Amino acid sequence: MEDRSMTTKKLYTVIIFSENTVGLLNQITIIFTRRQLNIETLSVSPSALPGIHKFTITTFADEDMIDKVVKQIDKRVDILKAYYNTDEDLVFQEIALYKLSTELFIKMGTVEELIRKYNARILEMNETCVVLEKSGHYEETQALFRELSETIGVLQFIRSGRVAITKSRVERLSDMLAEMERKLERRRNGNPING
Amino acid sequence: MITGSEALLRALIDEGVDTIFGYPGGQAIPIYDSLYDYRDKLRHILVRHEQGATHAAQGYARVSGKVGVTLVTSGPGATNTITGIADAMIDSTPIVVIAGQVPSPLLGTDAFQEIDVIGITQPITKWAYQIRKPEEIAWAVSRAFYIASTGRPGPVVLDFAKDAQVGMVDYQYKKVDYIRSYQPEPDIKPERIRDAAALINAAQKPFCLVGQGVILGEAEEEMKAFLQKNDIPAGCTTLGLSALPSDFPLNKGMLGMHGNVGPNRKTNECDVLIAVGMRFDDRVTGDLATYAKQAKIIHLDIDNSEIGKNVPVDVKVLGDAKQTLPMITSLLEKRKRPEWNAEFDPDAAEEYTKVIEKELYPTSGYLKMGEVIRQVSEATDNDAVLVTDVGQNQMMAVRYFKHKQTRSVVTSGGLGTMGFGLPAAIGAKVGAPERTVCFFTGDGGLQMTLQELGTIMQEKLDVKIILLNNNFLGMVRQWQELFFHKRYSATEMENPDFVQIAKAYGIASREVQRRDELADAIREMVSHKGPYLLVADVEEEGTVYPMTPAGATVTTILMGDE
Repeated sequence: MEDRSMTTKKLYTVIIFSENTVGLLNQITIIFTRRQLNIETLSVSPSALPGIHKFTITTFADEDMIDKVVKQIDKRVDILKAYYNTDEDLVFQEIALYKLSTELFIKMGTVEELIRKYNARILEMNETCVVLEKSGHYEETQALFRELSETIGVLQFIRSGRVAITKSRVERLSDMLAEMERKLERRRNGNPING
Repeated sequence: MITGSEALLRALIDEGVDTIFGYPGGQAIPIYDSLYDYRDKLRHILVRHEQGATHAAQGYARVSGKVGVTLVTSGPGATNTITGIADAMIDSTPIVVIAGQVPSPLLGTDAFQEIDVIGITQPITKWAYQIRKPEEIAWAVSRAFYIASTGRPGPVVLDFAKDAQVGMVDYQYKKVDYIRSYQPEPDIKPERIRDAAALINAAQKPFCLVGQGVILGEAEEEMKAFLQKNDIPAGCTTLGLSALPSDFPLNKGMLGMHGNVGPNRKTNECDVLIAVGMRFDDRVTGDLATYAKQAKIIHLDIDNSEIGKNVPVDVKVLGDAKQTLPMITSLLEKRKRPEWNAEFDPDAAEEYTKVIEKELYPTSGYLKMGEVIRQVSEATDNDAVLVTDVGQNQMMAVRYFKHKQTRSVVTSGGLGTMGFGLPAAIGAKVGAPERTVCFFTGDGGLQMTLQELGTIMQEKLDVKIILLNNNFLGMVRQWQELFFHKRYSATEMENPDFVQIAKAYGIASREVQRRDELADAIREMVSHKGPYLLVADVEEEGTVYPMTPAGATVTTILMGDE
């Protein structure tokens, strides 16, 4: 991963709501690829609204570029809504898992202190390994990784993509969907309508 | 119950299709077998290469306003359509390309003639969908036509697996006219309409850029009314040509690299610039850093992603121009702007003296491209459909061919596809059989899709082909002359006897070299019933002027007198 302090660009979080159809991820990623934008993190899951998927993508860009990228994404037929935010507008989280040696874990007394300090927790412990979990911002999960690496050593490490919600009242999508339903209702005059 | 193949044809017919441009192959044989029973309802035009099928569908769509349809087989059949799909995407042309695909159990196995059509076409389509079950056909076809033809139009690909072609289905037409995630007609914001009208009413020197969106939105009359009410001069983009008649008084000519001097210069002199259904392509703007900096910019477009993409906009009018234009017009003051409009006259006079007169009315030397185009335009009452290839022939033709009605120009604008012209002319003739179709091409572009002469022969299509033969890849040669010290790298062409080639296809043909033969040859071509190839041997090192070099300020205009 590139050193984040080196870039003059800003980290943007792109949030996309889409229909759950095959090939959508490709449609989205080619829009980044065409502009040589590197995706830092990516997370996809069903949203609160049935049948609608939510993508959370982070990328370093300038605002002019991210604005154009989001418009291009929003234009795709199966995308319901795409927008971008900076960290100030969001509550966001990443989750990280750390695999440690059980033998060293028991031998060294320092890990308990780290678990407390970082508010991490133990998910699994067996004869060979201990798995810690820590959720937080990138800097937080990274700090624990660094400290563990320098002391006990980390056998395996994995971090999820960012998940984020806006600090505003509701998901903007629900307003949009309601408005579309109203429009459809007005337009509907006995014609069968299939999406 | 009917087969999936028959369901496809029934769905096409239900969408109003009566013409298909195609080429059969292994994974499309069931569809072609069904087509045998529907020959009376669906005219299939057998092209000679699948690229030609997409360009023909484009030509058909551009002149008729209907969705063009292409039918091909899997693998190479599908990959050969890519250039046409990409061309349709960037030029907003509604086409539906149906490609056969290997049976779904074989997908992903590198089966014979299997290719990832969806993966390849996603970046260059509005929508690409793989039909794996016959039950999906009715929905997918109707959705394809809805997406291709609404909003900003564009290409759709249907990748049709063979097991879905042969499977049985109880077909019922299902019209798709709503997609939750797709809003082709954005809501119009009344405050933006008022802002736009206020800016124009306060303007001293408003100037309007007319793009293809006016034609696609069928807003030609609304455009004229808008311009006339406030006496606003206008320039057309290449694809916007014929939205306004050539002799419409407020039509000041073409924009862009080889456009007219007045419209390009006035872009940087106007105080309000109104762009309608155009996308500020670099061939129109030149250097963006110096483009229309003095002007307030109003942009009307149906595609939100185009507004502000290249040029910062002061008033963003999102919506269908057919609706937004009259809304703005209703708020405009009736004005006359004789002084401002007269400011275009000196530019036009300068261009006439330095460029046009020499090009259109030469008295000595070899034939000029411009004079051939002018004479063909006049011989067809300035009312033919103009189809061009790409390069010098294209820029000369769009400069000098005249138009009386809309949808009269078929040319590859955004992609600049050499080889586009001949198959597009086929599509144009099929789409507008009552109109004369004049296709101008060069010796390079004609030979890229030359095999489509076979299609013209078989379908007996009355296409007038005018080859401006200079034995060069002329536009590249022009750049080499102007910017690369006349180092003619790989641009000289040794050409066949084109008259003999036409004869081999049973197409009437004549070659002219001398000015005193030209009018007679054109008369012969125009009065000839059926296709005709006129080979005009033009000046080898002819140059298209005026020219704004790539990346230069829009007012940097070379006129050949430097």
